Amino acid sequence: MQRFSAFALLAKSLGGHQGWSRQWRLATPKDAYDVVIVGGGGHGLATAYYLARNHGITNVAVLEKGWLGGGNVARNTTIVRSNYLWDESAALYEHSLKLWEDLSQDLNYNVMLSQRGVLNLAHSLQEVRDSRRRVYANQLNGVDAEWLDRGGVKVFCPLINTDESLRYPVLGATLQRRAGTARHDAVAWGFARAADSRGVDIVENCEVTGFDIQGGRVTGVQTTRGAIRAPKVAIVVAGHGSVMAERAGFRLPLESHPLQALVSEPIKPVLDCVVMSNAVHVYVSQSDKGELVIGAGIDSYNSYAQRGSLPVVTSQLGALIALFPMFSRLKMMRNWGGIVDVSPDASPIVGKTPIDGLYFNGGWGTGGFKATPGSGHIFAHTIAHEDPHPLAAPFNLDRFSTGALVDEHGAAAVAH
Amino acid sequence: MTATRPANLRAPPVRARGGDWVDDTRPIAVSFDGRAYTGLAGDTLASALLANGVRVVGRSLKYHRPRGILSAGFEEPNALVQLGKGAHSEPNALATRVEIYDGMTATSVNRWPSLSHDVFAAFGLLARFMPAGFYYKTFLGSRVLWDRLYEPFLRRMAGFGRAPVGADPENYDQRHLQCDVLVVGGGVAGLASARAACASGARVVLIEDNPELAAGLAASPAKEWIDVAIGVVKQDATVLTRTTVFGAYDAGYFAALQRASDHLPQEARAGVRQRLWLIRAKQVVLATGAIERPLVFPNNDRPGVYLAGAARAYLDRFGVLVGRNVVAFTNNDETYATVIALKKAGAAIAAIVDVRANLTGGAVALAKHEGIRVLEGYVVVDVRGRSAVRGVTIAALDGGRREKIACDALLMSGGWSPAVHLFSQQGGKLIYDPGMAAFVPDRRPADPWCAGALCGETGVDAAITGGWRAGSSAATALGKPAPRGLTAELPDEPKGDAPLAFWRVPVAPSAERKCFIDFQNDSTLADVSLAVREGFTHPEHVKRYTLTGFGTDQGKTGNINALGNIAERTGGDLARLAPTTFRPPFLPVTFGALAGREKGALLDPVRVTALHDWHVAAGAAFENVGQWKRPWYYPKDGETLDQAVTRECLAVRNNVGILDASTLGKIEIVGADAAAFLNRVYTNAWSKLGVGRSRYGLMCREDGMLFDDGTTTRLAPDRFLMTTTTGNAAAVLDWLEEWLQTEWPDLKVYCTSVTDHWSTIALAGPRAREVLQCLAPGTALDAENFPFMSYQEVVVAGVAARVFRISFTGELSFEINVPWHDARHVWEAAITAGAAFGITPYGTEAMHVLRAEKGYPIIGQDTDGTVTPLDLGMAWAVSTKKDFLGKRSLARPDTARPDRKQFVGLLTSDPSRVIPEGAQIVSESNIADVRLPQSSPVPMEGHVTSSYFSAVLGRSIALALVRDGFRRTGETVYAVADGHAIAARIGPTVFYDPDGTRRDG
Ligand SMILES: Cc1cc2nc3c(=O)[nH]c(=O)nc-3n(C[C@H](O)[C@H](O)[C@H](O)COP(=O)(O)OP(=O)(O)OC[C@H]3O[C@@H](n4cnc5c(N)ncnc54)[C@H](O)[C@@H]3O)c2cc1C
Repeated sequence: MQRFSAFALLAKSLGGHQGWSRQWRLATPKDAYDVVIVGGGGHGLATAYYLARNHGITNVAVLEKGWLGGGNVARNTTIVRSNYLWDESAALYEHSLKLWEDLSQDLNYNVMLSQRGVLNLAHSLQEVRDSRRRVYANQLNGVDAEWLDRGGVKVFCPLINTDESLRYPVLGATLQRRAGTARHDAVAWGFARAADSRGVDIVENCEVTGFDIQGGRVTGVQTTRGAIRAPKVAIVVAGHGSVMAERAGFRLPLESHPLQALVSEPIKPVLDCVVMSNAVHVYVSQSDKGELVIGAGIDSYNSYAQRGSLPVVTSQLGALIALFPMFSRLKMMRNWGGIVDVSPDASPIVGKTPIDGLYFNGGWGTGGFKATPGSGHIFAHTIAHEDPHPLAAPFNLDRFSTGALVDEHGAAAVAH
Repeated sequence: MTATRPANLRAPPVRARGGDWVDDTRPIAVSFDGRAYTGLAGDTLASALLANGVRVVGRSLKYHRPRGILSAGFEEPNALVQLGKGAHSEPNALATRVEIYDGMTATSVNRWPSLSHDVFAAFGLLARFMPAGFYYKTFLGSRVLWDRLYEPFLRRMAGFGRAPVGADPENYDQRHLQCDVLVVGGGVAGLASARAACASGARVVLIEDNPELAAGLAASPAKEWIDVAIGVVKQDATVLTRTTVFGAYDAGYFAALQRASDHLPQEARAGVRQRLWLIRAKQVVLATGAIERPLVFPNNDRPGVYLAGAARAYLDRFGVLVGRNVVAFTNNDETYATVIALKKAGAAIAAIVDVRANLTGGAVALAKHEGIRVLEGYVVVDVRGRSAVRGVTIAALDGGRREKIACDALLMSGGWSPAVHLFSQQGGKLIYDPGMAAFVPDRRPADPWCAGALCGETGVDAAITGGWRAGSSAATALGKPAPRGLTAELPDEPKGDAPLAFWRVPVAPSAERKCFIDFQNDSTLADVSLAVREGFTHPEHVKRYTLTGFGTDQGKTGNINALGNIAERTGGDLARLAPTTFRPPFLPVTFGALAGREKGALLDPVRVTALHDWHVAAGAAFENVGQWKRPWYYPKDGETLDQAVTRECLAVRNNVGILDASTLGKIEIVGADAAAFLNRVYTNAWSKLGVGRSRYGLMCREDGMLFDDGTTTRLAPDRFLMTTTTGNAAAVLDWLEEWLQTEWPDLKVYCTSVTDHWSTIALAGPRAREVLQCLAPGTALDAENFPFMSYQEVVVAGVAARVFRISFTGELSFEINVPWHDARHVWEAAITAGAAFGITPYGTEAMHVLRAEKGYPIIGQDTDGTVTPLDLGMAWAVSTKKDFLGKRSLARPDTARPDRKQFVGLLTSDPSRVIPEGAQIVSESNIADVRLPQSSPVPMEGHVTSSYFSAVLGRSIALALVRDGFRRTGETVYAVADGHAIAARIGPTVFYDPDGTRRDG
């Protein structure tokens, strides 16, 4: 791997940048691997990377049906935070946030983590109660969290309209200062490059069409580029979890929905933190490119088409202008959608499946980007040890039959 | 025309003659970067600036190169300006689209301190160190430096204009339209389509982005036909100009933005600024035209280099000549007509440089006949002049001769890309047409109809014929009669030479850095080459790595050149490279227009009860509960929340209180199977409930978790009145309907929301009966005749009322339902009659305290979607005999665990301390160290859901969910919030009148 650094950039400049080589090899699939990972999104690539880095398992292929990182990893609004309500979630996302904090150095790729703080606004007395409860729980879980009253919100983010005249006035907010955003493409490419350099084959344009299963044990996959044998196969396909499960012959409690995002035209820096609101449903941050990055909730129907409906957009912009009246004259420049798999308790499913050797990681819904390094890390451990990583254990598939849910829908109710 | 000219900018363009769009008699004063200029009515800001000799209008994003106007329309990548000031300001307005009005002010962006002296232009010198994606490879040394220095600097450099200061003073509108045929694009093809569809009797909507239909065709031989068509269509169709269709959605749904008054001076604007049109069309004709593309060669971005078609547009529409001494560089015939038009208008033509050799067609012949020097098989290899073109260097493609030619404008044309955006948004497929060297719609039966330049029908006659065909096809597809024949006599156009796909001028690698592909984002040929070298070969990867197509123009001019060069660099076939996905919006759309009126205070409807005005007059403070405004408390002169709540609570406990409970959801459930239905949705049994009796019920989701609660009363054998929590009323009705409609259609049950039909007035307190007796004299209200949990129809204050003896305070209580319009009368009668008993209106806060004293949970406050009825200690309300929604889930091993988090009461050791709600429960053994910040997790056993100071008990009380709580009665635990721990003892949830004698009395 060519190391990246300011010095390398300078040196290569002298040669007109002719000296750079591919960031990852153009791999053709081999007949067999120790582990096949289905899905070249953030989580799949991170899994491959940590398999190689932490467990010495390098005979690994990542099979991606389209172009690398063309799924949700490149479509999301890049919010990274760990202030989840329940112990199990807080532990998982905090683990991930810690990995994020060193990720650029670890991958030798600037993923542009930007810890500019995330505000979650509260607009009703009940939201205030729920928010404070989350803050108190976060604090005891070692997650940095603060409660700001209305005045505190105004100080931290003067742009927010905290006026009483708002239909649902801002009563306060939770703040996680270590939270923020990252550059999504860089995450996919950085993991790909780092995994590749450790020997992982990254195979694009290779769709997994079926699984070879003998006696309840997986032996390989069928792909559009032929059959590939592997004693361990990991499904990490974000919005297509149940499609894959069906091909392997089991069912998952997942619903697939479009989730949209949009950006404004680039403007000079004006918003310095991430602002999220559930009651006035919208969230927004400003990217390093100057675009306001905006999102809200899922389109309520099920779909695999990567686009959504206009009313979802118009309602979130009404909410945006309520909170930021000076954004009204800005313009929506791009609007897109991705497909997210939502589980009944809004928590992911990570671990074993009813088929031996077949592992599943998905159901991250609207908020899996922040988990990318953490998810890959614990999933790699789970695959390597054939036993769930302690942080992954609560997120097993069985919980839907035992009832041991990690319900981030109800009181927590903060998506993304 | 007078103009103050900036000294540093040279200025060849002139107003040569009148244009179709401008009015010579109406000068308009505008200011750009603080200087005054005069344009004509009808000018765009771009044409006015050009007419005044202004060349440089902006700076590029990364290298801060001076940039001029490239195009004459929405594809413009360079001419972004900040329009207006203060709250009226608009960032990133396109000078090529903005119509000028008197007093307009515009400023250039992304430069400091001024356009001509931009210190950041130094970045141009550093270009070689900042190739595509350089930031991924650098700034890796130190996290601190990244946070404090590098990233803030990158952010400062990003972006063009600035967000306005202050709220938007203007309004936006939304309107809906239905039609048979929607025609998008009002050029000749669209015009012909609309005319044909109108002639078949279809309801037609024609939408055009420009202020005029058939823009710039005044000189066309088909002028007469066009004029007639415009007249007919304006009469027979709905024509929207200054309107952009920006989104094509499923099922014939289109969204368009109309710039209703942006072209007017501020003081002349009445009504709305912009309007969003939401259109449902049965058939669609796309006549969206084509977009000219630049050629890729060194310094192709210099001010004074124009798209050839733009030069033509400036001349025809505005009478502006972009140069006096012009060179054109092209790969196609269309440029020739432009050049000849410029020549006729007085420009000298230094040369036409054509990449094609051996040209035989009519266009070339005509140019030569005009005495124009045509250099076949030649290319431009450099442009001289930094802030204005001074000349070009040309070279033979075969590597031979080079020559320098002086000129003050360079027209370029790399051919035309059909504007396939909307076609593609609707799911249409594209194919590469080598003849046109462009991606065109691959039309399949279900796709929209296409006409004009969009599908290669260039030339006025082809566009009219094609447009007519598309319009009549659209109409006949709807069963309309075919329109009678196209009557225009159209002149033949001469046969020409085909364009030649040409994606870049061959140059040395070192010169690639100056060959611009995305002008706005400064993505160059070198960047595309680097991306491919590093393995980013998919168009989506190149786009993301080089930022090509990520600007406000979304790559309208540049993307195709990127694609062509990816194909060349990878040795791939252009025909097999898919363009990156086209998504809405086609052009940037104002947020305010998308939001329409639903913003600010109108974001969500406000619901108020029939008694709202009374509450306001009584000085109530309000709480938002769902969409409702509810009295929170009624402060008497100078009272704080706590003081008011104490007074209100004591009034209820000692005398009588009155509450507006109208917001509780009310659903009438009617039908032969009504009781059976309730049996399925509630956890307890309903069959045996007698008429006139009420019962408390709990509802679970499939997962066994509590969803809602309320009392339901049997009004008649087949009729129940269900009450729900205020916030959940709509969700409960949805839930009931979902089950009735999807799972149990066999049940004969109808559900009707009657929340707004009945106002609910609750009288609560030991003297409630006396008050009601005054209002309903002669009715037996004693416990025997009107027991707890029963219902009667009673005339109250002269109004036929439904009275329920139910209680959420634990006191003797009557809930009186009266028709909405009678509520004020009955309420005031109660206040008057109650005066003697000390009646006191109380709000939601007192209600919460009162119910907490009795241990009544609030669903949504004491529960959070993870709590079962059993966790609340309500096993008595969960039937073991019948089946109900959620029952099976309650049997799941984890849900049936005996040590789940359970609902308990907490009494603090210090009775004056009120625990903060949300505080986490930590057990004695883990309390040693709860200081902040916590480095490793402290085990938490639950949390405090409700917590108040109880006036009647003279101490604090709290309700909590605590792990294994039922078995831990008597144990001391700690409630931790913000690093403070408060000791409290676990006990029962009922703090007051545990036997319920007050309630039942
Ligand atoms: C609009 C939007 C906004 C979001 N915002 C946030 C946010 O702010 N913060 C946050 O934390 N999360 C956010 N998310 C969620 C987050 O993007 C996802 O949870 C996360 O990216 C999913 O993991 P992934 O990166 O592996 O998914 P993906 O990138 O989707 O990877 C899955 C890959 O599997 C491939 N695949 C599928 N089927 C097959 C097959 N049969 N064979 C081979 N390959 C296959 C797909 O092509 C895809 O590349 C958002 C999502 C969307 C859509």
